[in-house]
Amino acid sequence: MRHIISILLENESGALSRVAGLFSARGYNIESLTVAVTEDPSLSRMTLVTRGSDEIIEQITKQLNKLVDVVKVFDLTEGEHIEREMLLIKVSAVNGGREEVKRLTEIFRGRIIDVTETTYTIELTGTGDKLDAFIKALGGNKILETVRSGVSGIGRGEKSLRV
Amino acid sequence: MELTGADIVVQSLHDEGVEYVFGYPGGAVLHIYDAIYKQDKVKHVLVRHEQGATHAADGYARSTGRAGVVLVTSGPGATNAVTGIATAYMDSIPMVILTGQVPTHLIGNDAFQEVDAVGITRPCVKHNFLVKDVRELAATIKKAFYVATTGRPGPVVVDIPKDVTAQKAEYEYPSKVTMRSYNPTVKGHPGQIKRAVEMLLEAKRPMIYTGGGVVLGNASASLTEFSRALGYPVTNTLMGLGAYPATDNLFVGMLGMHGTYEANMGMHHCDVLLAVGARFDDRVTGNVSKFCQNARIIHIDIDPSSISKNVKVDIPIVGPVDPVLREMISVLKESKRKPDSAALDAWWKQINEWRSVDCLKYDRKSELIKPQYVLETMYKVTNGDAFVTSDVGQHQMWAAQFYKFDKPNRWINSGGLGTMGFGLPAAMGVQFAHPDATVACVTGEASIQMCIQELSTCKQYNLPIKIVNLNNRYLGMVRQWQEFFYDKRYSNSYMDALPDFVKLAEAYGHVGMKIEKPADVEGALREAFAMKDRLVFLDFITDQKENVYPMIPAGGGLNEMILV
Repeated sequence: MRHIISILLENESGALSRVAGLFSARGYNIESLTVAVTEDPSLSRMTLVTRGSDEIIEQITKQLNKLVDVVKVFDLTEGEHIEREMLLIKVSAVNGGREEVKRLTEIFRGRIIDVTETTYTIELTGTGDKLDAFIKALGGNKILETVRSGVSGIGRGEKSLRV
Repeated sequence: MELTGADIVVQSLHDEGVEYVFGYPGGAVLHIYDAIYKQDKVKHVLVRHEQGATHAADGYARSTGRAGVVLVTSGPGATNAVTGIATAYMDSIPMVILTGQVPTHLIGNDAFQEVDAVGITRPCVKHNFLVKDVRELAATIKKAFYVATTGRPGPVVVDIPKDVTAQKAEYEYPSKVTMRSYNPTVKGHPGQIKRAVEMLLEAKRPMIYTGGGVVLGNASASLTEFSRALGYPVTNTLMGLGAYPATDNLFVGMLGMHGTYEANMGMHHCDVLLAVGARFDDRVTGNVSKFCQNARIIHIDIDPSSISKNVKVDIPIVGPVDPVLREMISVLKESKRKPDSAALDAWWKQINEWRSVDCLKYDRKSELIKPQYVLETMYKVTNGDAFVTSDVGQHQMWAAQFYKFDKPNRWINSGGLGTMGFGLPAAMGVQFAHPDATVACVTGEASIQMCIQELSTCKQYNLPIKIVNLNNRYLGMVRQWQEFFYDKRYSNSYMDALPDFVKLAEAYGHVGMKIEKPADVEGALREAFAMKDRLVFLDFITDQKENVYPMIPAGGGLNEMILV
């Protein structure tokens, strides 16, 4: 099963490599990983998407907790949560294709953020599924470049993950 | 007081109560070595190879329970230390390793003797630090000792660039540490402890299986008291030997791949299993799907990630083993229930039947020296009171089977990583920690050659270690597997062109003895162990084809042993 794991960790050089190293050393897979500093500059927040049986996920959270740089670990998928991912995509937009890409972007509530005579660059935010659907819908139009941010997640409601 | 980084390092070690630093100098640590030269509080032991430094610090730590300390230079100094660091990591040994680093402005430049020590050691340390600011040096060293020695212990590397050791800062060694991201558990869950005691009292066929955690957690006394209060059989892992007195009647021997028949059969047939400070290693469980199929399992461990990692348990208790066992003892005392004595009698009857198989028997009439005989005799000659280090292979298993350890911290071997070359330098660390104790290194002609250079260190510091070399001219364990599972195709397991170990020992300034007949074994051992001030290298020419029994082949369950 797919799990979204949120991690608060010390904002120190090497902390990211400890997490990444743990996953490669123990053979866990990482579907996506995002990390950036929080409102407290000494802490980073990481969102990591992985897959595995309940036993594997239990081991992953325990092993993450064991890392000295890791302050808190929470499996978002255990409760109500929100996940978002951002896509930046550059597509070829010429002749009739220009209008079609623009229409698709509107349907998916994306925004065209850069335009040339032959290309559009589009920004789209949503769940991973939505981004997949958009990429699929573009289908016939030539995709020149895709950049995905990886999933960021946060729990719903008043509870929050902080020190 | 303002000190240089180098002086801060040495002063911090002193304030931490460090007696010995095992190390080897080099460019990046010259300032630190100069600081060592100018004082005599912290003693430095010069090894002959950085691997030897880490194993010596490891032996010191295993035999005392205190952190071992290593000092090496950057680059090759650090990489040579990696095997010893990984060895300590796998067996959860507290150790602090100070590695020199190139000056901060050269880091990342492929400078002379530069490696990314923090990166290289990351997967085999509990934690590591790179100190870029001299003002953080003392606090970082304090943190290193704190992390290394608390919770589940382990090695911690502190990488110190050369310029940091030259800069000056105000020195103050912190008296305590708080780290928001590191808070080891200090107490077990009382509810779980009560449930565990109840489950143990319901048992008809109980087993107590304990590991290195009992030794590391100083829980030998509480384990012994608790086991005796119940009257339940106890088995130890390779790492846990000595935690329960081996000569006690409740002790059924080591378990696992080369464990005793009674221990493994007891495990296989038990209905309640209490695991204490053990991690269900593959060498212990055999085939996990066949492991203790009819047992409910209680597991006490300080590391939550050890629980239900390999084997699902019914009652997990996260906490340091000693306080948890102490609480179990008091819960047991308050309980109105007693163990089911009728069931227990029947269970012991069964265990004693398994015992009567005498699974460790060997040919006592052989004209060749049997390795088991050497170890049995060594046990007798040393009155069972020696510190015994070992290397890795058949001799290690025989030592574990035939030397009956009644006290913890006496059996010192590389269980997790299985590092050949460990035994001799580890024995040095033990001898430094216990200058008047009898220290024996049980080894083989292959393992001993992996760190043989340390014979020179032993000479320099007059370490009267007794090296018991079981010389079968084979990589014995490899040969045994090739005999059993590769149709006797002995690929590269023969040790050809061996040195004359007697002359070699003499060349290093020690005493060498070669023993070729069973009748000479006891006399040689008595003579050697009587030489209190000399290192003696005993080269026993043993039966080449002797195998370690019992043995559980790969994929087998604990009840599927090959017996002699």
